[in-house]
Amino acid sequence: MPVRLAILALVRHKARTLLALLGIAVSAALLLDMVMLASGMKENFQGFLMLRGYQLRVAPKGTLPFDSDATIDSTASLVAAIRRLPGVSAVSPVLGAQSQTTSTRDSTITAFTLGIFPDVQGDYELVRGSDLTDSTSLVANERWLSETGRAIGDTVTLAVGYDPQLRTVLGQRRFVVRGVARFFYIAATQPTIGMTLPVLQAMGGSGRRDRSSLLMVKAADSADIEAVRSAIQRVSPRISAISLEGATEAVEQRLGYFKQLALVLGSISLAVGVLLVTTLITIGVNERAGEIAVLRAIGVARTSIVGQVVMEGIVLTGIGALSGILIGLVTAQWLERILSDFPGLPATFRFFVFQPRDAGIALALLAAAGMLAGIYPAWRAASLPIAGTLRREAVA
Amino acid sequence: MSATVQARDLARGYTMGSARVNALRGVSFDVDEGEWVAIVGPSGCGKSTLLNLLGAVDTPDAGTLTIAGQRIDRMSDGDATGFRLRQIGFVFQRFYLMPALSAAENVELPMAEARLPRAERRARVESLLGYVGLAARADHRPSQLSGGEQQRVAIARALANRPALLLADEPTGELDAATGLEMIDLFRRLNADGTTIVVVTHDAQMAAAASRRIQMRDGAIVTGDGA
Repeated sequence: MPVRLAILALVRHKARTLLALLGIAVSAALLLDMVMLASGMKENFQGFLMLRGYQLRVAPKGTLPFDSDATIDSTASLVAAIRRLPGVSAVSPVLGAQSQTTSTRDSTITAFTLGIFPDVQGDYELVRGSDLTDSTSLVANERWLSETGRAIGDTVTLAVGYDPQLRTVLGQRRFVVRGVARFFYIAATQPTIGMTLPVLQAMGGSGRRDRSSLLMVKAADSADIEAVRSAIQRVSPRISAISLEGATEAVEQRLGYFKQLALVLGSISLAVGVLLVTTLITIGVNERAGEIAVLRAIGVARTSIVGQVVMEGIVLTGIGALSGILIGLVTAQWLERILSDFPGLPATFRFFVFQPRDAGIALALLAAAGMLAGIYPAWRAASLPIAGTLRREAVA
Repeated sequence: MSATVQARDLARGYTMGSARVNALRGVSFDVDEGEWVAIVGPSGCGKSTLLNLLGAVDTPDAGTLTIAGQRIDRMSDGDATGFRLRQIGFVFQRFYLMPALSAAENVELPMAEARLPRAERRARVESLLGYVGLAARADHRPSQLSGGEQQRVAIARALANRPALLLADEPTGELDAATGLEMIDLFRRLNADGTTIVVVTHDAQMAAAASRRIQMRDGAIVTGDGA
């Protein structure tokens, strides 16, 4: 009967209950979004790095991948050495550089350029056309094509630098656009192209010979990732071998502000929810003081009264929370769209990742909040003096 | 015949502001099993305070009170709650039904609290509503019932757990004269069927219908008579 009485008590004031439900739903939505944001970035980042199954990254000593212009030398021998290590199944070297080309409208377009080996690359997926087949082919993203006005099959001239003293471009070569690619780790708004690594190294002259910005390493499924990482680290003192956990930790440190903000906003929304429910139920208890005193007079135990009032909080919070989960999922998508427009963010990066565990955490916190919210009004209800309350009600 | 109520030297006072008000001053009386006693007197004479003590919703400052063989003057809150649930039936002037529940659910409430099996509760609800003449109104909410009907439901609720003592506080106070007379008839029938009743009333006809009257003034019993 406590559940039924709790529901009936709430239904008696439909408009007030509805408004409170709306308030709780908004709090719940915010809480869910904040939980999704706080844990989603980490989960997403790990998934983001694992898009093509490369669990390890090798960067120049003391840097994170593409964190600086620093490069790794003797790439070929390093790749061969790492490839020989037990537990390593693939190594993909990547060189990053800027390239310039002239658009069909005669303007110079600068693009982020990746040098890779197409058979092991983990940086892009082909959207249409064909992959890199030889030293003259390149793949580009949609942004590069739209800015240069080029299409698959077009021949373009690329350079990787400009010498202002000699007033000449450096490393100039002709390429044929073979395919359109989606680059996982590059913002969709950034014009980007990919070509074979030896070509990009050669275009850079002696400064880029046998160099790479990053090595992506795939370990065998059965391998101990940390053991592989340590083994790679021992290969050369000039490199930093970074596992998924290490990279996540480093990124988490940088995104700590987001997480703190999420936790603060989540806590505030939870506190607002508790106060809202407490206020509403306390008002209800005060209005029903006479009824509660009568229930006590006819022998209803304090525990039953407490149960009924706490149940009101739980029912209110429960319904509000379930509605809030739905609202939270919708608002997460909306916020995702806003945040994904942030300059420089890779197209595949997501801030909000829905996981049943997150909804479970949000629901558990809200259920606890509902119970907490019911405690004060329940205590008030249970401690009403029966005779005094009935006397006051009779006078009123 | 054994005494359902044995009150000895009951005293109860209140502090109002800086003044001490002695609402009851050494009240002693018995109510036998099956008796119908009306407590009468002017407002403020201590009738309601006495009723609260008899109903175990308040405790005396002094004196002893035994109801249905149990000392209730020093009962813990938990024991008093259980005692009220099983041994006392309360009827209030303003009915005090739960507005969100139907007549049947109101009557069922004390039995649900007493953990009676559902089937037994339903059968007793039907029987009690039939007894007070409201079998056809079982599913109606209090707001859909007249004052007299609400008071009948309240009486059925008070009888739900077969109490040893039925306490009524001005049960005709909110009713018109004709409905008041119907209520007196219902109390008469209840008493004739063996229910022990103590009623606090200003209603002369209700008082006259009781088998005995206790007249109170200034917190003390001034006269008592037998019918």
